[in-house]
Amino acid sequence: MNAPLQVLPGAIRLAGLTLGYDRHPAVHHLDGTIPAGDMLAVVGPNGAGKSTLLKGLVGEIPCLDGAILRGVPREALAYLPQADEIDRSFPLSVLDLASMGLWRRAGAWRSLGRSRGAVLDALGSVGLSGFEERAIGTLSGGQFQRVLFARLILQDAAVILLDEPFTGIDARTVDDLVGLIGRWHAQGRTVVAALHDFAQVRAHFPRTLLIAREPVAWGPTAAVLTPQNLARAARLSEAWDEAAGVCARGHDHAPAHPDPAQAHGHERAHAHTHAHGHAHGHEHGHEQAGHGHGSAA
Amino acid sequence: MSDLLAPFLEFGFMRRALVGCLALSLSAPPLGVFLMLRRMSLMSEAMSHAILPGAAVGFLVAGLSLPAMTLGGLAAGLAVALLAGFVTRSTVLREDASLAAFYLISLAAGVLLVSLRGSQIDLLHILFGTVLALDDPALWLLGGISSLTLFALALLYRPLVMECVDPLFLRTVSRAGGPAHYAFLGLVVVNLVAGFQALGTLLAVGLMLLPAIAARFWARGLSGLIPVSMLVGALSSVIGLALSYRFDLPSGPAIVLAAGALYAVSLVAGPRGGLAWRLVRARHLEA
Repeated sequence: MNAPLQVLPGAIRLAGLTLGYDRHPAVHHLDGTIPAGDMLAVVGPNGAGKSTLLKGLVGEIPCLDGAILRGVPREALAYLPQADEIDRSFPLSVLDLASMGLWRRAGAWRSLGRSRGAVLDALGSVGLSGFEERAIGTLSGGQFQRVLFARLILQDAAVILLDEPFTGIDARTVDDLVGLIGRWHAQGRTVVAALHDFAQVRAHFPRTLLIAREPVAWGPTAAVLTPQNLARAARLSEAWDEAAGVCARGHDHAPAHPDPAQAHGHERAHAHTHAHGHAHGHEHGHEQAGHGHGSAA
Repeated sequence: MSDLLAPFLEFGFMRRALVGCLALSLSAPPLGVFLMLRRMSLMSEAMSHAILPGAAVGFLVAGLSLPAMTLGGLAAGLAVALLAGFVTRSTVLREDASLAAFYLISLAAGVLLVSLRGSQIDLLHILFGTVLALDDPALWLLGGISSLTLFALALLYRPLVMECVDPLFLRTVSRAGGPAHYAFLGLVVVNLVAGFQALGTLLAVGLMLLPAIAARFWARGLSGLIPVSMLVGALSSVIGLALSYRFDLPSGPAIVLAAGALYAVSLVAGPRGGLAWRLVRARHLEA
């Protein structure tokens, strides 16, 4: 890696990105760029690394390898985690929870009084007018998710990361929230959402990244969500291997760009054996790759 | 009622004790409210033990000297709070486990130090406080700590609430979460040290937590919980001191037992989920 990596303003570039826990990769050698104004769905089986990728993008977990180049300041990222990380028993009103989105403007001390109108508008646009004084603990799952979207509106971020925003949400709420996401896209914001529902992705997201720990395919949704790619994703999503050795793919190996056409190349086969090949031995070199090639064929 | 107030009108030392306890009643219960809402109630108990070795070192060095013991307690408490906070934020250990490890070490060291020199009586002083012998410096200290706590809480309020409800969100929008958390732990230590002047290390927690827990039965939001907890703290101080004078009881336990009695009343009669309200089944609303 000689020349410093560059990224266009507003875009996010992933360069040989590996994210994971305890040195075990959950997202492995991911390369690509999320251009400004993109509307990208991240799909893949459970354990494919979708949430991990979003956590990495927002800076919540460090990169094991490679880098994330953000063409936007860290504060311009808004992140919707899976909702169960929030303490709903805390005695807080809907208005207060939504108002947290004003942090960038109001900080710890500035008055929220003047922004009250903006908060009410945001709550109104997610269909929660009249709920301002309700305690957050009394909301249903769908209502709660609407409050979190109101908070996202108030954050007014250039890049919005959504981690499975529609899990356990009814169809009407999903329709409303998808409409909201479409409006964000129309306003030129970047939206990256981890999703499970392929129909939703096909209907609303122009571009898709399919991952299964390894990147499988990244591009226009119709070209990515093919039966072949999905079958490969299902095969690739391997369990974590306690005895896995150190990854041999260095920076000098140009990491394979996820291109469906190359699916059966040598590089791929090597990647495939990666997770299970190492129970046999910890030696990690070309021999191992050759061995893996044989077993994969 | 006049019986209750008479000793305060009559004796200077009772008035001083009351002023000290009222100062503490303004600052400790709001911290207790946050501890309770963060499910860290027992953390303050652990922290009060952590203060012991510092106080003991002060005691070893300077005898029964309030400033020495206060400084020692402050140092030990802050050290444990910071170490536990650091371990929680940088390892897999959760807050309760990392705190337990440090406070146990600290408590054992404290008991060891106290036993090196000093009799049982001295130990009782440390454990149960000397509210009826508060001198001017001690009152200034209590007042100062109380003021400092209220100002700091006002400054920290928003990040503290966000850190309680949605720490992940606060981390993504700002770096204020860590400093706010440490400052809060620091305030808890400072108030426990202040409380240990008046009530002793073991009971300092009482005036922090019991009013906060009792307030839960009277108010729903933070804007209600905090004033109610202060009120319960102040009432406990008055009632506890008066009873301790009237029946010649140790004042620290009397104050905490008064707070306990108010908690019991709240538990039964409090309109927000008190037990008595279970007997009445209110007609449900239309929507």
